[in-house]
Amino acid sequence: MKIVIPEEISPQELRVAASPASVGKLIDLGFDVCVQAGAGQKASFTDQLYQDAGAEVVADKAELYANADYVLKVNGPTNDEVQLFKEGTTLISFLWPAQNPELLDKLAAKKLNVLAMDSVPRISRAQKMDALSTMANIGGYRAVVEAAHHFGRFLTGQITAAGKVPPAKVLVIGAGVAGLAAIGTAKSMGAIVRAFDTRMEVREQVESMGGEFLTVDIEEDGAGTGGYAKEMSKEFIEAEMALFREQAQEVDIVITTALIPGKPAPKLWKTDAVQAMKEGSVVVDMAAEQGGNCDLTVAGEVAVREGVTIIGYTNLAARLPGQASVLYAQNLVHLLAEMTPEKNGQPVIDMENEAIRGATVVKEGNITWPPPPPKLSEAPKEVKRESAPLPPPKEEKKPTGAGAIIGFWVVAGIILFVLGKYSPPSFLSHFMVFVLSVFVGWQVIWNVSHSLHTPLMSVTNAISGIIIVGALLQISSGSWLISLLAFVSILLASINIVGGFLVTRRMLAMFRR
Amino acid sequence: MDGIVYMAYLLAAVFFVLSLKGLSAHESAQQGNYYGIAGMAIAVLATIASDAVTGYFMLIVAVGVGGFIGMQKAKSVEMTEMPQLVALLHSFVGMAAILISWSGYIDPAASELTGAELTIHLVEIYLGIFIGSVTFTGSLVAWGKLNGQISGSPLILPFRHGMNAIAILVCLWMMTYFASNPHTALSTFMLMLMTVIALALGLHLVAAIGGADMPVVVSMLNSYSGWAAAATGFMLGNDLLIVVGALVGSSGAILSYIMCQGMNRSFISVIMGGFGTDSAKAPVASGDQGEATEVSAEDVADDLKTAKSVIIVPGFGMAVAKAQQVVKELTETLQKNGCTVRFGIHPVAGRLPGHMNVLLAEADVPYDIVLEMDEINDDFPETDMVLVIGANDTVNPDALERPDSPIAGMPVLKVWESKQVIVLKRSLASGYAGVENPLFFKENTRMLFGDAKDSVQKVLKNL
Repeated sequence: MKIVIPEEISPQELRVAASPASVGKLIDLGFDVCVQAGAGQKASFTDQLYQDAGAEVVADKAELYANADYVLKVNGPTNDEVQLFKEGTTLISFLWPAQNPELLDKLAAKKLNVLAMDSVPRISRAQKMDALSTMANIGGYRAVVEAAHHFGRFLTGQITAAGKVPPAKVLVIGAGVAGLAAIGTAKSMGAIVRAFDTRMEVREQVESMGGEFLTVDIEEDGAGTGGYAKEMSKEFIEAEMALFREQAQEVDIVITTALIPGKPAPKLWKTDAVQAMKEGSVVVDMAAEQGGNCDLTVAGEVAVREGVTIIGYTNLAARLPGQASVLYAQNLVHLLAEMTPEKNGQPVIDMENEAIRGATVVKEGNITWPPPPPKLSEAPKEVKRESAPLPPPKEEKKPTGAGAIIGFWVVAGIILFVLGKYSPPSFLSHFMVFVLSVFVGWQVIWNVSHSLHTPLMSVTNAISGIIIVGALLQISSGSWLISLLAFVSILLASINIVGGFLVTRRMLAMFRR
Repeated sequence: MDGIVYMAYLLAAVFFVLSLKGLSAHESAQQGNYYGIAGMAIAVLATIASDAVTGYFMLIVAVGVGGFIGMQKAKSVEMTEMPQLVALLHSFVGMAAILISWSGYIDPAASELTGAELTIHLVEIYLGIFIGSVTFTGSLVAWGKLNGQISGSPLILPFRHGMNAIAILVCLWMMTYFASNPHTALSTFMLMLMTVIALALGLHLVAAIGGADMPVVVSMLNSYSGWAAAATGFMLGNDLLIVVGALVGSSGAILSYIMCQGMNRSFISVIMGGFGTDSAKAPVASGDQGEATEVSAEDVADDLKTAKSVIIVPGFGMAVAKAQQVVKELTETLQKNGCTVRFGIHPVAGRLPGHMNVLLAEADVPYDIVLEMDEINDDFPETDMVLVIGANDTVNPDALERPDSPIAGMPVLKVWESKQVIVLKRSLASGYAGVENPLFFKENTRMLFGDAKDSVQKVLKNL
């Protein structure tokens, strides 16, 4: 099968769908690879590098498409490009099927197979081909770099001979992949980083990147499916806005990354918040393409409003063309490897494979988008459990119905009644001691920590050597046979007792904090 | 005098409770052990001082010899051999219970009893011998399996559950005759016959259980030894034996229950023996697993140099190779490089519950970086590297992903969610559960073949 990589047409686009490294891996998977001359130029991959990796370089675009079985691209094809495809070709690129239904129709009319990299489901198994996360990560990094570029001061605090410089304060709104990358980058440049997200579950992630997690007083969890947020209630949004107005007076750089799937980006950084910011502050609106999180964003441009620089670049990831191309190409290799388990260059679009199924938007000319919802949510809800004492296991195993509980105690009562009626009193007092002891043992052991199981077992083992008492009582009996048996018993039990306690002591002495 | 002995027993019983209580937390564990020793000393001294005991010479010889042997054993045992020792000690308690109960039967004093008291007395003797016998042979088999003298694979006889059931029913039926016909020749013969059957039952129950499930078995036998002590206590009318036997019995049962939850096994089927090895469920053959990627110690060392967080998952392989000491050195070296190192311990890793913790403690690894499965399982996605040292079934993704797998439903350490997994293993062979492990074929997994100790040493040299 032949894979071709054409040059991207859009002037804004600096990325390319293959790197020299990925070409090598595709060849290992059994494919022939063909790259359009100059395709990697903007990402600093020369034709020579591709050739060295084993790819064929073709100058003529029409020829390229005519021989293609698989076309790997970054952006979806333009109208002109669609015309170049021959029937039965498979296209893999970003496509945004929800936003581009006409394009989808055209591709289907050409009887193509189309896999959209933006539709790869966000399940654990598919992470390696999740190009959206890849791009978001790069975008988050670039957002901080752009902000630093337009910001007239250091990000880090310094004390110099010429005076003290306070660190810049950065607020990141939306702690998805892009937000987290921005937090980490800003932190490593020395800024004080705060972050806000409606999903409480990301708090730990924010803190692990070195950010401070801001909260509002209203309790509402904004976690939706697939790792995205859902829309919040009116009260929550009002509280959120109040928080932002307050933060606006303090922070120097705001990076907004809030997206809700299938909807325009929520307006979070309103005009009044921009007005409240200090002169010279910077806003980076990573949601500019979807309408922007900031009222004053101009998509694709840098605008200065109210003394604040508002960056609305829609191609932040593409502004790191080399890095973005290497990682995107790797995502593509993973996807193709998933489709080609035999490594024979004969990929299959397996609709049973959840990851492949999700990405496939057109199959043999039929539109298969949208896919059924993924079975797993990426972030299962974590419920922190108090370490309350667990109930005894018997209760857990029994059906919880009141009837079963009553039945159990009725049976227990009958047994006790029968025992009481026919047994001598001496037995009954022993029996009582016995049952109560069982309960004591039960309660005492229930919360033991796992790491102490072995010492506990060895100490209970030593304690079970208490059977020695029985033998001690027998050894003085008149009969030589009994005395002999008791002698052996005492000997065995002594080994047990001394050995058990000493070994436990040896073990416990080793545990240290 | 009797009153004083009785109060001494009470004090001993309280000490034993405090001992068990102390053993449930690290801070108080040492203290707990001393409480246990004190309780035992009080109990034994009070018994010796009581009027019933006069044969001091034999007694001192027995205690002295037994104590000496026990001390030698305790001093010389390797921590990797702990499970064997514990199993062997259990068998001693079982044997003692058999002997004491038989003595109780022979003892002419017992014939003074009449009516219901006599019946109950006989039942107690019978049960004492029965439980003691099962404990004795069961523990011996467990010891042999752990020691490697007996093959670790389960012995599956046809109709084995039926044989167990018949053995128990026959014993029950003989008990009714034995209890109602005191001291006839036939009833004595029956007691002997029952002893033999019970011994065979113990053999068979444990022989049917595979090596991987030994942690539960050992803890179950611990419980049995407690019940055996309680039974002899009933027979002798001694409350201390009853209390302590019940304590040990119930605590052992709970430990086994916790273990069972750790492996997702049914508690009932453990008590019945031969669990989790239902012959109907043949291990699923899974042909095309893909290829495992091998890696050299040098490459592992290079990756470790750049890793920020590492989780080490030890298994029985680490115990076999006695690699705990080098693992600890590795941990220290990594920590010096500024890397966060933690240990993830599966509840049934090793051959005894908590076995790995003991081995790591022996190597001086601080216990607050040694975490349980539940504490660490959510941290794998943020971990740069996981070193799996000689663990297999406890890190098998099939347990969660394939409902037809024999180990389906068993909680496992989700190591494959981390960025990179290095598996140190001797070969690609399957673990005790006898199932393939697709972890080895995952894309973020690399295999470092060889003896765990040698491999870790090589990695350490290159760091």
